[in-house]
Amino acid sequence: MPSNKSVSDAPIFQFTNCRILRNSQLQREDLWVREGKILNPEKLFFDEKGFADIQLDCKDSIIAPGFIDVQINGGFGVDFSLATDDFKSGINLVSQKILSHGVTSFCPTLVTSPPSVYHKVLPQISIRNGGAHGAGVLGAHLEGPFISREKKGAHPEHCLRTFESGAFQDLLATYGALDCIRIVTLAPEMKRSGEVIEELTKRGICVSLGHSVANLSQAEEAVQHGATFITHLFNAMLPFHHRDPGIVGLLTSDKIPTGRRVFYGMISDGIHTNPAALRIAHRAHPKGMVLVTDAIAGMGLAPGRHTLGQQVIEIDGLNTYIAGTKTLSGSVATMDTCVRHFLEATGCTVEKALEAASLHPAQLLGIEHKKGTLDYDSDADFLMLDDSLHVQATYIAAAASSLQPCLQRVHQCFADKGEHGRDHHTVDQLERWGSCPSWNT
Amino acid sequence: MTPGALNRDLAIGPKPAGVCARSFPVRRWAAGRAARAGRGGPRCRLSRDGHVTGVERAQVTMKLIILENYGQTSEWAAKFIRNRIVQFSPGPDKYFTLGLPTGSTPLGCYKKLIEYYKNGDLSFKYVKTFNMDEYVGLPRDHPESYHSFMWNNFFKHIDISPENTHILDGNAADLQAECDAFEGKIKAAGGIRLFIGGIGPDGHIAFNEPGSSLVSRTRVKTLAMDTILANARFFDGDLSKVPTMALTVGVGTVMDAKEVMILITGAHKAFALYKAIEEGVNHMWTVSAFQQHPNTVFVCDEDATLELKVKTVKYFKGLMLVHNKLVEPLYSMKETGAERSQSKKPYSD
Repeated sequence: MPSNKSVSDAPIFQFTNCRILRNSQLQREDLWVREGKILNPEKLFFDEKGFADIQLDCKDSIIAPGFIDVQINGGFGVDFSLATDDFKSGINLVSQKILSHGVTSFCPTLVTSPPSVYHKVLPQISIRNGGAHGAGVLGAHLEGPFISREKKGAHPEHCLRTFESGAFQDLLATYGALDCIRIVTLAPEMKRSGEVIEELTKRGICVSLGHSVANLSQAEEAVQHGATFITHLFNAMLPFHHRDPGIVGLLTSDKIPTGRRVFYGMISDGIHTNPAALRIAHRAHPKGMVLVTDAIAGMGLAPGRHTLGQQVIEIDGLNTYIAGTKTLSGSVATMDTCVRHFLEATGCTVEKALEAASLHPAQLLGIEHKKGTLDYDSDADFLMLDDSLHVQATYIAAAASSLQPCLQRVHQCFADKGEHGRDHHTVDQLERWGSCPSWNT
Repeated sequence: MTPGALNRDLAIGPKPAGVCARSFPVRRWAAGRAARAGRGGPRCRLSRDGHVTGVERAQVTMKLIILENYGQTSEWAAKFIRNRIVQFSPGPDKYFTLGLPTGSTPLGCYKKLIEYYKNGDLSFKYVKTFNMDEYVGLPRDHPESYHSFMWNNFFKHIDISPENTHILDGNAADLQAECDAFEGKIKAAGGIRLFIGGIGPDGHIAFNEPGSSLVSRTRVKTLAMDTILANARFFDGDLSKVPTMALTVGVGTVMDAKEVMILITGAHKAFALYKAIEEGVNHMWTVSAFQQHPNTVFVCDEDATLELKVKTVKYFKGLMLVHNKLVEPLYSMKETGAERSQSKKPYSD
């Protein structure tokens, strides 16, 4: 019979015949889940005298923590920087569709926009857990408007701002509320950026350096004030120079405060950075690599023209440019494509590639105790992948409810029909959870 | 008159009547041997001075199974256990009680048993297990605790029910009460049918260190320095991290089992094996107590026999043909009940 219910009545799932990513290694272990959390089976066995209610045979797949995308501007026709009336449904659509790319949590990103947009859009973004409805929203990533004019990239120039007059008050006035902001990208060479970085860090908001012409000492100062991230390394910043490495130099800087790690986002779609540059960064600082998509509204759509914030852009295959120019503006790569390309370009191990998309972003945001790993008691957001890292299934377990598979792929589970009364379960049956007979008794 | 200690002095005495004329000092074994060698021939009884005459009572035997290497030893032992469980036909009202050891020696045997389970030849659904020992004061989820050992090396791979496993709790508030309760659980389960054990380099069984009473029950023991040194390799070689006390079943507890199988592999156990079976019953080498157990099997590899007399080794190797009937034919739970009952009755002593 299943557990003696001394701790919980909820059904216990056991994923067998799989390799799970744990302690930076792919181990041949079973994954146990109950009530949306990864369960410790030894504790279950000895303390509760319990065992699995449902066993699912994963057919030798890889099970990895769900990907976390900290820079995604939209997709499937939805643009997060566009202040529409049905903004909420736009977020819901994207969060639903990126599940098939393996993303279980994300930070909707807004490019440089006028304050009116921020005031309208930000209150509509709410931090929430993922579930069958879609990936979880961790909070907004605001890329701009406090960025450098010279390195604005695809951001509209007329919306750029500085900290000169009121520093943090300026920022507050621009954004409106700070409640659901998770990351802010700014240029550290701007006057008074130091105090702004400190204020933001105090409020638990991650500060990122990007779209900037800062030199290495300015960047290091920013890190000392509290910055921990670099937005799309190499893009929209001064190139590496051997006498002044600029922001890129942070990867090997010796002025980083002890105990702190600088993370850097990279768009590994093969277009935004040359694979050799990807390898240089990865080899210099492998533990800081965070894979991001920087996906725009055109991601998932057919080639052609689409909007991005205040601009019009043109998609041609995997390339996106500002209409009529050769300036790159975001990508249409998906997260799993980025992971696969990263694996191939750097020749790193599968474990490292998976961690760059799950563990490292969780560490950046300080949530690795519940996301980004398959450790016991962390949230059960995970993916089933084949050996070439194609996503076979995405699982997100919401806080209180049962396990909800999010893709329509059927998994046969093998369990003996014994006196325990366990049956074969398909994914559809799991979705109709309430009707499952074997544990309702 | 007891099937007494193996006393070398007897070698000088007169030859026993009714037994083949071999001046073999091991009288007890000769008794059984004569019984087995002659199919249906007269069984022999031990007389007062240890000689053999007449008809013996029921099966009092000690078997020594010598195999070539660790792999073969593990496989033989696993087959033996499998046959015993399958032939017992355990069911919801009839559990097979098994005593289990920890350490590096039984690992190969566990792996084989897991393989048999995965092939469907063996199921642990109606098996109750009782472990021999557990460290005191080590957290239950510590990677070196015996709970962790059993979970990682055995329980998590098979279909045993958690409530059928019993391991002493080294963190109980009242350790002696925990030990007494354990004895009670064994009794409630109807006693142990097959107790599997290993041997320490100092000849101990479980944590019954040299000097332990041979009629001891489950209790708290302080570990001998030998044991702490042997275990240090699991604690990063740091002696201070090794627990100094443990809860252990007593020699008497294991002697109560219906059948006992001791696994001994490796040259470092050779001297202990010699002391255990070629010398007398002695509380300094607690495994020697099993010379007096009605049904013991010692399974060892060539290296472990290095300290035995060539005669002993040759004798038991010669008996392998007979002893192998314990593992051939190999039974499987895949067979239906009807098939099994029709198959040849296996060798039983």
